[in-house]
Amino acid sequence: MAPKYRIIGKANTKVDGLAKSTGATKFADDLSLPRMLYCKLHRAHVPYAVIKNIDTSAAEAMDGVVAVLVGSELPTQFGILPVSQDEHALCPDKVRFVGDPVAAVAALDEDTAFAAAQAIRVEYEPLPPVFDPAEAIQNEVPQLHDYGDDGNVHKRVAMEFGDVAGALEDADEVLEDVVFYQGNTHLPMEQHATLAMPEADGRLTIWSSTQTPHYLHKAVSKVLGLPPSRIRIIACPNGGGFGGKSDPFNHEIVVAALAVKTQRPCKITLTREEVFYCHRGRHPVLMRSRMGLDKKKKAITGIHFESLLDGGAYGSYGVASTYYTGALQTVTYKVPNYRFDGVRTFTNKPPCGPKRGHGTVQPRFALEIQVDRAAHALGMDPADFRLQNLQPPESVTANWLRIRTMGLKACIDKVVEASGWRERYGKLERGHGLGLACSSYITGAGLPIYWNRMPHSGVQLKLDRGGGVTAFCGATDIGQGSDTVLASCVAEILGVDLLDVRVCVADTDLTPVDLGSYSSRVTLMMGNAAIQAAERARDLLAKACAEKLEVPPARLAFADNRVFDTQDPDKSMEFAQAVVFAEAKFGTIGTVGSYSPPKMPGRYRGAGVGPTPTYSYSASVIELHCDEETGIIDIDKIWIAHDIGQAINYHLAMGQVEGSVYMGVGEALMEEMVYRDRRNGAHKIPSLLEYKSPTTMEMPPVDTFLIEEPDPEGPFGAKEVGQGPLLPIMPAVANGVFDALGVRVNRCPITPEFVLAALESKDKRSGPKSYPDLRIEAPARILTPAEGGDGYEIDQKRKTKQLAREQRTDEQKTTR
Amino acid sequence: MTKRKIQMMLSVNGEDHDVSFLPHRTLLEVLREDMQLTGTKHGCELGECGTCTVLVDGEPALSCLVLGLECAGKDIQTVEGLGTAGGPHPLQKRFAELNAAQCGYCTPGILMAAQSILTKDPTPDRETLREELAGNLCRCTGYLRIYEAIEMAAEDMQHGS
Repeated sequence: MAPKYRIIGKANTKVDGLAKSTGATKFADDLSLPRMLYCKLHRAHVPYAVIKNIDTSAAEAMDGVVAVLVGSELPTQFGILPVSQDEHALCPDKVRFVGDPVAAVAALDEDTAFAAAQAIRVEYEPLPPVFDPAEAIQNEVPQLHDYGDDGNVHKRVAMEFGDVAGALEDADEVLEDVVFYQGNTHLPMEQHATLAMPEADGRLTIWSSTQTPHYLHKAVSKVLGLPPSRIRIIACPNGGGFGGKSDPFNHEIVVAALAVKTQRPCKITLTREEVFYCHRGRHPVLMRSRMGLDKKKKAITGIHFESLLDGGAYGSYGVASTYYTGALQTVTYKVPNYRFDGVRTFTNKPPCGPKRGHGTVQPRFALEIQVDRAAHALGMDPADFRLQNLQPPESVTANWLRIRTMGLKACIDKVVEASGWRERYGKLERGHGLGLACSSYITGAGLPIYWNRMPHSGVQLKLDRGGGVTAFCGATDIGQGSDTVLASCVAEILGVDLLDVRVCVADTDLTPVDLGSYSSRVTLMMGNAAIQAAERARDLLAKACAEKLEVPPARLAFADNRVFDTQDPDKSMEFAQAVVFAEAKFGTIGTVGSYSPPKMPGRYRGAGVGPTPTYSYSASVIELHCDEETGIIDIDKIWIAHDIGQAINYHLAMGQVEGSVYMGVGEALMEEMVYRDRRNGAHKIPSLLEYKSPTTMEMPPVDTFLIEEPDPEGPFGAKEVGQGPLLPIMPAVANGVFDALGVRVNRCPITPEFVLAALESKDKRSGPKSYPDLRIEAPARILTPAEGGDGYEIDQKRKTKQLAREQRTDEQKTTR
Repeated sequence: MTKRKIQMMLSVNGEDHDVSFLPHRTLLEVLREDMQLTGTKHGCELGECGTCTVLVDGEPALSCLVLGLECAGKDIQTVEGLGTAGGPHPLQKRFAELNAAQCGYCTPGILMAAQSILTKDPTPDRETLREELAGNLCRCTGYLRIYEAIEMAAEDMQHGS
C-alpha cells in the first residue's frame, strides 16, 4: 500500500530548525534600530497603596534621559478579557502588588534608563493588603477593585448538572479530599522584550515576544487611542511562552507610548526578576472534591467539586481560569451527576493567568488522586477502575461537553503494558512505587475571547510562477513548531517540498487573524484553514492542468513537486508549470481558508469554557523511589502515551510530549511561587537559581507513545499535544508515593516536608486540613443529556433573549 | 558609571575585531550590543541559567559573568562561529533534525557547552552529558532530544561525516 501521506506524520526537519541551531532566529531583544531608546520601568515596592505623588524631576534632569511617562498620560484601562479591563499601562492612582509599574523612562542607553527609573520617587499612602484568598473572601467590601462579583471575589460560579446531593446520598461510599495546588510560573528562557518604532506616515510598528499579537493589537489601539489600521504588531518567535506571553503587558503598551511620545524607536527588555513579577502563571487553588461510589457497579455516582483560586492583583484570564477548574472533570470517566462551585479572589500578589494546561491542571491533580483512592476503596486495580469507567467516544457529558474520538483506553493499555504495571503495581519493595494517572485537554477553545462569528484562524496562500508558495497566517511560533505545521499542511495538499513553502506569520499588517498560540488551538484551527486554502489552490491548478494534459481534473494528483494523471503518470508537469498555466487561465493565484469550531451543545451561562472541537487524552505511569528518612522523591522512569489523533510532524509531537512531561516533573517536585506575606508580599525567590526547576539531573528517562487514531475534527485527524501530556504527571507522582509508602500527599508540589508530614500523621496524609465556607448560594441547575435536558439552565429559556442581546452588543464592541 | 568607552582587540570566532565598549560591560553585552552578535542569548544575566554560554579559550564560560575587558588575547567562540545554515556543524545539523531546539533560545548556549564536551570526550555517555549540561536550563525539551542530538553528532564526527 502506498503511504498515506508524504509529509504529514513524518520525521521531517522543522522549517526553522537550522535558523534556531545556528543562532540566526531573531527574538525580540535581538532587534535594534538606529536612534533607538532604551526603556525601564519603575515598579512599586509596596503591595497595596494609594499613589500620593510621583516625583520624576531627578530622572528628567539626568543626562541621556529623553522622556518620562506616568500613568495619568495613559488613563485607559485594558486587559485580555472584555469583562476584566482592569489594568493600566502605568498605575495612575493605586498600586496593587509589589512589581506593579508606576512610571517609565526612555533614555539613550540602558544604564541611564535604569538609573533614572531608580531615581523616580513615589509617595504612597499604604492600604491594608490581603494575601490569603480565604481571608480575602471574608471581606465583604471591595478592596482591590470596584468590580467583580462581591467584595474581593472576582468571579463566583456555581452550577449543578443532574442531582449531586442525591447521588452522594445514594452512594455506598463518599470520598472527600481537600487538596492544595501551589502556584508556579512559566519560566520561559527568553525574558519578555518589545521594540516599538514610529513610522514616517504616522503608523506604529511593534515587535514583541507575545503569543497573542491579535489581542496585543486590540490593547495597544485601545490605550493609545490609535486606530488598529495604524498599528502593526509583529510577534517575534517566542523564546518559550507556555502561556506566560498571552496577556497584553504593561511594558508593551508603555514602549509603544514612548515611541509615539519621543518619535524614536524604543525598546524594553525585562529583567528575569521582572518576568517573575509579570507572572500570569498557575493559580494557587484550594480544592475540595466529594465523589460518590457505587460498590456494586464499581462506578462513580456523582462528584461535587469546589475550587478557590488565588487570582492575584488583576483579572487576566481569571474568569476563564475559574471555569476551567470545573470544566474537564467529566471528559475522562463517566460522571452522571456533577456539581461545580468556584470562586476566584483578588489578592495583593502578581496576577495569575494561564499556564500550560490552563486551570485544568489543579483539578486534574485532585481528581486523579481521588480516582486512585476510589479504586482502592472498591478493591480494584487503579488501571482497571479507570478502564471500566471511561467516558465513551462520540458522547456528551453531564455538563454538555461533546466527546469525539477518545483514545484513553489505548493510552492506558500502552503505559500499563510498557511499565509492567500488572506484574509490579503494589508489589515493589517499600519505598519504591508505581503511580498511574490520566488526563484530557482541549484542542482549542470552542469560543473566542471576544464573542463573534468570524473565523478563529485564517490562512492566505500566494503561489509564485517559480513554484514557490507563501502561506500567510497570524499564528505565532513559540517553539511548539506552528511554522512547520503550517508549511506541512500546505505542502502535503499541494504536493510540494516542505521548504518550497515560505511561511509569513504573526504580522497584523500582512497576515489574516489567528487568535493566538493559546488553548492548544493552533494545529487544529490553523491547520484546517491551511488545508482549505491549499485545496482551493490545488483545485485551480487542477483545472488549468486538466486542460493542458487533457484529463479530467479529478484524476490529477499532486506529489513530488509535480502534477500527474493518476491513471497514466507519464502525463504530468512540474508544479511550477501548473502555476503558470493556472495564472494564465485565472489571473494572479491567491486563495484563502478559514476555520471556525463547530457549534457546541451546552447553552447555559458558563458553557463557553470547556468545549472544543475534540479532546486529547493522555495516560502516564511513573516509577519512583522515596526515602522515608528524608522524604526526597527520585523519579526513576516515566511512561507516557498521548492520544494525538494524527501527528503532523513526528519530532515536533514527541518534543511536545517530552517537554510537557518535563514541565510536569518540575510542578510535581519543586516549582512554586512563594511570597513573603509578612514582608510586603515580595516574591521570595525571583531568580532562576532559587526558583527551582528541573535540570538534567532531575529529569528522568521517558518512554513516549503516540496513539494515532485520526479525529474527524482535526487537520489530517490531528489533535493537540502541547499541553495535555503535562497533566497526568503530578498526580501520577502522588499516586506513586502512595504505592511506595502508603501515604497520600494532597498537595503539589510534593516536597519532602509534605511526604514526611504524611508519614508522621495519624491518617497518613498531608496537605490542607479544611476548606473555607465560600458562601455559595443555590447553583444554576442544568438537566443532563441523560435527564433529557436541552443544554440550557432550567428557567433559562426566558433569559436567552437577554443573552442574545448581550452577545450582539459584545460583537458590536468587538467590531468597533 | 563611566560613559567613556575603551578600545581593544577581541578575537571572536577566529577573527580579530577592533571593538569599543564601556569598561563595565560584560562579554555578553559586548558580543550582543557592541558587536551585534545576537546569536548568544541571555536568560538571567546573573550566571544562573547557562543560556549565555560561550567558549573562552575552549572552556565554557557564562558570558554574563565575564567582563569584556578580561577577554583581551583570549579566543572567544560563539554559536556564529560553530557553523552556518549552509555548512552546519554536526551538532547544529542534529539539533535541527531532531527538534532538539524547540523555541531555540537556550540552544546557542547548549551547543557551545556540547562542543566543549565533545572536544574533551568524543564519545560521551548519557551520564556524562547529564552532568556536563546540568548548568544549562531548557524549558522546552526536557533535555531528552538534546542528549540524542549530541550523541548522534558525536557519531557523525567519529565517522567524519
